[in-house]
Amino acid sequence: MSREYETVVGLEVHVELKTKTKIFCSCSTEFGAEPNTQVCPGCAGFPGMLPVLNRKVVEYGIKTGLALNCEIAEVSKFDRKNYFYPDLPKAYQISQFYMPICKNGYLDIEVDGAKKRIGITRAHLEEDAGKLVHQGTITSTENSLVDLNRGGMGLLEIVSEPDMRSAQEARAYLENLRAILLFAGVSDCKMQEGSLRCDANVSVRPRGQKELGTRVEIKNLNSFRALEKSIEYEARRQIDAIEDGEELIQETRTWDEEKQVTRSMRTKEDAEDYRYFPDPDLAPVYVSQEWIAEVSASMPELPDQARQRLVNDCGLPDYDASILTLTPATLKFFDEAVAGYDQPKIVSNWIMGELNRLLNVNNLEIEDSRLLPEDLVKLLKLIDSGTISGKIAKTVFEEMFSTGKEAEEIIREKGLVQISDEDTLKAMIDEIVAANPKVVEDYKNGKEKAFGFFVGQLMKATRGQANPAIVNKLLQERLSRE
Amino acid sequence: MQLYDMTISELSTLIKERKVSAQELTRAYLQRIDEVEKQVGAFITRTDELALQQAGDFDNNPVDKPLAGIPYGLKDNICTRGVRTTCASKMLADFVPTYNARVAACLQAQQGILLGKLNMDEFAMGCSTESSAFQTTSNPWDLQRVAGGSSGGSAAAVAAGEVAYALGTDTGGSIRQPAAYCGLTGLKPTYGLVSRFGAIANTSSLDQVGVITRDVRDCALVLNAIAGYDPQDGTSANIDVPDYTADLSGDIKGLRIAYPREYFRDNTDTAMVEQVKRALHEYEQLGAIVEEVSLPYSEYALPAYYIISRAEASTNLARYDGVQFGLRDLQADNIADLYANSRAVGFGNEVKLRILFGSYVLSADSYENYYLKAMKVRRLIHDDFTRVFENFDIIITPTTPTTAFHRDEFRGDLLSLYRNDILTVPVNMAGLPGMSVPCGFIDGLPAGMQLIGKPFHEKMLLNTALAYEQVHDYYKARPILGGDK
Amino acid sequence: MALTIKEVEHLAILSRIALTDEEKELFAGQMSDILKYADKLNQLNTDNIEPMVYILPALNVFREDEVIPAPPREELLANASVAEDGYFKVPKIL
Repeated sequence: MSREYETVVGLEVHVELKTKTKIFCSCSTEFGAEPNTQVCPGCAGFPGMLPVLNRKVVEYGIKTGLALNCEIAEVSKFDRKNYFYPDLPKAYQISQFYMPICKNGYLDIEVDGAKKRIGITRAHLEEDAGKLVHQGTITSTENSLVDLNRGGMGLLEIVSEPDMRSAQEARAYLENLRAILLFAGVSDCKMQEGSLRCDANVSVRPRGQKELGTRVEIKNLNSFRALEKSIEYEARRQIDAIEDGEELIQETRTWDEEKQVTRSMRTKEDAEDYRYFPDPDLAPVYVSQEWIAEVSASMPELPDQARQRLVNDCGLPDYDASILTLTPATLKFFDEAVAGYDQPKIVSNWIMGELNRLLNVNNLEIEDSRLLPEDLVKLLKLIDSGTISGKIAKTVFEEMFSTGKEAEEIIREKGLVQISDEDTLKAMIDEIVAANPKVVEDYKNGKEKAFGFFVGQLMKATRGQANPAIVNKLLQERLSRE
Repeated sequence: MQLYDMTISELSTLIKERKVSAQELTRAYLQRIDEVEKQVGAFITRTDELALQQAGDFDNNPVDKPLAGIPYGLKDNICTRGVRTTCASKMLADFVPTYNARVAACLQAQQGILLGKLNMDEFAMGCSTESSAFQTTSNPWDLQRVAGGSSGGSAAAVAAGEVAYALGTDTGGSIRQPAAYCGLTGLKPTYGLVSRFGAIANTSSLDQVGVITRDVRDCALVLNAIAGYDPQDGTSANIDVPDYTADLSGDIKGLRIAYPREYFRDNTDTAMVEQVKRALHEYEQLGAIVEEVSLPYSEYALPAYYIISRAEASTNLARYDGVQFGLRDLQADNIADLYANSRAVGFGNEVKLRILFGSYVLSADSYENYYLKAMKVRRLIHDDFTRVFENFDIIITPTTPTTAFHRDEFRGDLLSLYRNDILTVPVNMAGLPGMSVPCGFIDGLPAGMQLIGKPFHEKMLLNTALAYEQVHDYYKARPILGGDK
Repeated sequence: MALTIKEVEHLAILSRIALTDEEKELFAGQMSDILKYADKLNQLNTDNIEPMVYILPALNVFREDEVIPAPPREELLANASVAEDGYFKVPKIL
């Protein structure tokens, strides 16, 4: 990125709160239902219907605010945000404009070893809109189909300060935010399903300038990658425009995933006036100190705490700690495995290494893994007892992962038990040594590779099952007699 | 006396004593409607078949409930499952709710007999029922005059004996004013006493469903059926509700009555002032303490009301966009036209005006000067009342500046038309209970007296009104309609 | 406080109501009259007054997080002018 210009980024994140019911009615919030089957006259905005606030949504709002170090407003209110769109049945969205539930928070990120604190301006509760499905092509008449299942779901909109200075920082912020939300248990944060949505506000300014440049909002970011790429693209576009003497307009642009560019969305001549005013149907929300204490007491361990615990109590390096605390499910797996096998680093290695690899290849989340913490524990104990070698264990692990079979069953079936019997090994070593006099010569002449050759041959002959430590010992003894 | 002239109490006794069956009673009312409806024009939708079915069900299996077997009507902004609910608007001409308003369910649970949905000003915006998109309602006392609004159909139907009682809604006087014009008892409860669930919203912070009956005891009976906490309405008061018919004695000795001077001058007709002052004198004779007070912010209630009511109504009516229900311009080939045309055709002028005005006072530049200002004035008006109620139990005023006016009398003069609400609006602004009772006749037309009480003190209002009924039987008068025997 | 035709046009767009020229004139006049009357409120000094948004003193009016099954889809779509395959249908959104 250009040395002369500084990129300034703020993020607006919408989080779908995973309460059982919507924010203002008792419809289910289950994902993936048939269109308009989770809709009542209330969330469809029918005449005479009234909103009633879901207590749990407020609780999740408080919880998230606390997890993000925010001030929780003692009194917050709901306002109507008025605009027309087919996915908004009442033609107003119930939101919190004047008095949001959370303010003045922060979260910490680390990019390239540098720690930074990103401010959170506010977080407020609001209802989600429905979904539009577009029919037809450009040439034929276009229609849109409205599905209101999602309409009325409880959202928390989290607005950051424009504290980020690069696409990487923005990504780190979103990743950390996501981890915190997952650990707090308030959302399942699936960007692909839309339960976590992010818009980026990007501007550039000459380095050293205090005033912010013209701000552009980027929408339609469906992945972390899209977030990074779009910010980089947009910053570049803005810098180019400025250098070309063009004037930048404050607008909303959409990220085109295919073409990897931001495109201007149609700007209306009459900018929408949302005419916010307090919703008379909803009483104010009063959050007492007692309620805050209650929520605080029931707060699960958050990523930062967990990371500290892993580093301080388990002696893990920062890197391991950060990977293991990316999702609560990962941490849970780790904790349960360590409970049965108290060697954190080894457990960590297996999770970060083999398990992660298999999950990625098979496109699975750790919670979907057939291989459970106790299974890993059993495997590790089998290695310790010498039943199998570390190398064979990897094969067994993969087999356990894909078939769900027990380690012992697989070892038995495939005859993978490690050969540790010294007599057996001695016999095999004798054979191989006898068959390769030249290599023995090489060895006696100081060629280190010769030793490796014998090890390899032995492994080949035993299909990898020879106990490496014992092989080394016996081979040393044997060759020293030459 | 005809069955249709009787009160609920009287009819209920007849039914309990099996002197008349629900079906007989229903048929008597249906016949009455056949006779006079052409003159009165109170019904947008008649539900004759449903009514006879309900009556038949009751007769087969009678229950001992206060309103069982009694025919009633509902203002057409109260949602009734399976029965067209139009708000007297083209926008909802074909709308059939799949749900009942809470109050509709309450009366259904009483096994009352629903005779139909009653005419009103479109979306409850008006004080004469003249802005109904469908039909004219005439005042049974003088068919050239209006029955009031916006619950004109409800009042006319009760006055004409087409129903034994009716429910209406009141945002700025829409129950009390028609009740006054038609010589009836009309009650707007304390804000929050009766659920608004299923009562189509006009102004959320002012609307209340209320009752129009022939007398006070009837009013108490119906209030019993519909009052009470409803978890489906977030503004419903979570309190215990008394039996409004209990301890109604009419004894008001020592009752402290205040009458605010601002309501008895300027806008109010001299004849009306005199009529109500006479009533106040009677109250004194009955043992009440009557004193003049001042509510200095009274004159600011109406302008503040304009702003608040239009602001909220403009957003409450935004949902009528043709997408999920309601009239839709089927020719529109894009969403912008669909919205603009559907709403242009669906809404009448008064509704359009209020929506535009409401959008104006909420828009970014105007919000502070108009909406916020009006909300502050509202507090002043509310506190005015609270102050008076520290030393008094009841406030009494005329309900309306004049008796019922002629149709078209205020054509082209909106401000004068609106001013008919000037004495009732402050009560909604303060969220207080208000009642209109007949207190005489001026040139042959009914005059109404307004009783205003402390929050949730409907019992005191009813008792005070009953006291007046015990010395004057204005409430017994019936209009003579063409064809009456 | 008089409203111009242009202001009325802007409000008509905000409110999504198509107006004829006559209507614009009519409403401009009527709104101006009402605004003039409403300006009466400026006679009052309300600097230290809290706006009264809620009539009742209630706070925290809540509902528990329990699912109530939604009504059948046919009911929901019964009043829609245009529905298709379980969806509400609308024309082109520009």
